[in-house]
Amino acid sequence: MTDVDNDNIKLPTGEKLVLSSSPHLSSGSSLRKIMGGVLLALIPQIAASAWLFGMRALFIIFYTAVCCVAAEALWCKLADKDVWRNISDCSACVTGVLLAMCLPVTVPLYVPPLGAILAIWLAKQVYGGIGNNPFNPALVARVGLLIALPAAMTLWTPSRGMKQTNYPEKQLFYTAENIKKINNGEPLDGVSCATPLGVMKSIEKITDRSFKAEDNFTELDSWEMISRYAVGDRAGCLGETCAPALILGFFILVILNLINWKVPVIFIGTVMLITGTVNAIWPGVSPNPLFHLLNGGLLLGAIFMATDMVTSPITGRGCAVFACGCGILTSVIRLWGNYPEGVSFAILFMNALVPLIDRWCGKRPFGFVPKREKVNAHE
Amino acid sequence: MKSSRNVMTFAGGIHPHGDGKSLTCYTPVQNAPLLDKYFVILAQNAGKPPIPVVKKGDRVKKYQLLAAADGAVSANLHSPTSGIVSNIRDIQGTHGVPTSAIEISADGLDEADSPFAPIPDWRHADVDILKQRVIEAGIVGMGGASFPTHVKLSPPEGKSVDTLILNGAECEPYLTADHRLMQEFPEKVIRGAAILGRILNIGNIFVGVEINKLDAIAALEHYAGDYGVKIAYLRVRYPQGSEKQLINAITGRTVRSGTLPMDSGCIVQNVATCAALDDAVTLGIPSVERIVTVTGEVVVKPGNFKLKIGTPALEAVRFAGGITEEPGKLVFGGPMMGFAQRSFQVPVCKNTSGILLIPQKQAYNFESSGCIHCGRCVQGCPMNLVPCLLSTAIEAGRFDLAAENHIMDCMECGSCAYVCPDHRPLIQNVRHAKAELRKQMNASKEK
Repeated sequence: MTDVDNDNIKLPTGEKLVLSSSPHLSSGSSLRKIMGGVLLALIPQIAASAWLFGMRALFIIFYTAVCCVAAEALWCKLADKDVWRNISDCSACVTGVLLAMCLPVTVPLYVPPLGAILAIWLAKQVYGGIGNNPFNPALVARVGLLIALPAAMTLWTPSRGMKQTNYPEKQLFYTAENIKKINNGEPLDGVSCATPLGVMKSIEKITDRSFKAEDNFTELDSWEMISRYAVGDRAGCLGETCAPALILGFFILVILNLINWKVPVIFIGTVMLITGTVNAIWPGVSPNPLFHLLNGGLLLGAIFMATDMVTSPITGRGCAVFACGCGILTSVIRLWGNYPEGVSFAILFMNALVPLIDRWCGKRPFGFVPKREKVNAHE
Repeated sequence: MKSSRNVMTFAGGIHPHGDGKSLTCYTPVQNAPLLDKYFVILAQNAGKPPIPVVKKGDRVKKYQLLAAADGAVSANLHSPTSGIVSNIRDIQGTHGVPTSAIEISADGLDEADSPFAPIPDWRHADVDILKQRVIEAGIVGMGGASFPTHVKLSPPEGKSVDTLILNGAECEPYLTADHRLMQEFPEKVIRGAAILGRILNIGNIFVGVEINKLDAIAALEHYAGDYGVKIAYLRVRYPQGSEKQLINAITGRTVRSGTLPMDSGCIVQNVATCAALDDAVTLGIPSVERIVTVTGEVVVKPGNFKLKIGTPALEAVRFAGGITEEPGKLVFGGPMMGFAQRSFQVPVCKNTSGILLIPQKQAYNFESSGCIHCGRCVQGCPMNLVPCLLSTAIEAGRFDLAAENHIMDCMECGSCAYVCPDHRPLIQNVRHAKAELRKQMNASKEK
């Protein structure tokens, strides 16, 4: 049978047919989009760090990211991998920005390249590249640098607000008036100070940690200080200080479906629960939980590091266990450990447990009924 | 039991964005003109292919028996038109390998001669006669599995079935054949369900329809009351039309792993199967044509067509006005579970619900760089499996680990591969492992 307008109909020849397995549709998500989403969520905190610590913060972030991408490209070149494919997924860039978030603004320029090599080579590529690393690369680099170069990694400078108004002396000895007094009225080249967590640790070391010493931390966790911490007005790493920016990043990540919201919420909740309990019972051992929430890398770690897809468990239950473990370890290290900060150690430790957690917290398949007892009657 | 006004669903699954249904869901079903040649593939049903009862050179009338069922799990085949059996030879089949087919050269008269009479009084007819009709008419599941329907209608001794569910979910993107069928021929669907209910002696009959087909639901509801059929509203979610998920959504029952829906007291039939059954009983005509969605972004006039079994895909595309550019993939069925075809000469079978042409830019094979453990496949899996870890185990050759983690429960719906940001070959791996495990099982049996 021939149609009247048969000649005008263009028919397929089948020359270009591709044979492949179903499904023939894709949601269109890709690694690059996921990593781009993480970078987008980091933008508020990047802006906040530039505002708090000056333009050098922006330079350090950019410089560290470039170092990481270069390290990735160099490794791929040496290992005969496709360089463009490996750097175009933006994962090295995300690692770089996250690593920069863990550095102080004063960091010497030889540190970021070292960090990039630690993060990309030692923590990621030796395991086989993206997806195969058991530990979060940025955190491995941070901890490695902290142990190897403690002085360079803990040289804190005051943030914007601290320079302008008087800060409690235990945290900042060089207030505007003090500087003039010390240096015969001349301004100084630079000013260093301690982070509130560092101050907490030093208080713990010098004071009697009797459980009744209620006024140990009064200068640290007064409402006035908490309100200053809340806007990021304290010494610290580039990316950890500004709580509103980090929480905005959290909402961006949740809306883009890039993280499991349970991880940060349970992580932070556990830390606040433990420190709150300790604070209520022995006020001389721990400042109040809001101090712990807003200080150190808790928000940064809980929102951006513990939620790293590659190094966190797959199932919802597994994520809950993982986050809870992170919270317990962080609290224990902060309150009783030797380091002032415990977030990175806690996350790395829990990273190591992820394969086990995945095993324990598997899912029960739809319609699966576990065998209560083995039936050997017919054998 | 939940009230039928509630929108029902299951856990997991995905919602494909831009499901492509609007290309075809508004245009009525069109009749296709008669062709010169039809290629009726013998192996159209799950189980044994039927044995030809005609030979080369025979004259056949429309509806005449071409091949007779071989054993219990097999189905009769009838001639789609009148003409001459010009050849019986191997042609390109729907599963990529050559398969035996009967070639009919049409005489253009389309002369009908049905081998059996209508049963207008089916309400009082003997159940065995109705059952016999299902066997004679060669009815198979038209949703995709093409399992001979009569096998499902004879539950073994000791199994009681109390619920019949009609699957009108049509959760596959792009396909609207069932949608148009329910909207334009609602009485056929409902009456077919009632006949099935009579055969099985079940009064509890549901038609499950996703709520993106409200016009079809309205059409069905017009007849549902007369035949004692209930409509179940389903959430728009893939794979809502999967047997186990459908049963769970409508009845709340869970079909246990390794058992059949029958063991949970349910039987599921596709709506197109019911319409074919109604034709066989009330009109006395066998299953020789079906509604097929011919669609895709590169098709000039996508639509639904009533195609005779044996119509080559190329002719179906011609009815739909041809193409705007050369497609990169030809899929029989829906885009999520359909089969990619090698050539446009492959003919329509009883289970071909759609002919989908995919543009070249979407039809390349993705490269995968590594699982990033994002867990999206886990959220998407309607069977609560962990596809990423299963796949990793399979890639490492650990089929035992995959079996331990219930890979045999996977129904290959493709939700995991759809959401995977790394485009891992999750479904390919699952199929590979299943084949490997079956091979091992057979080998151990032989020992």
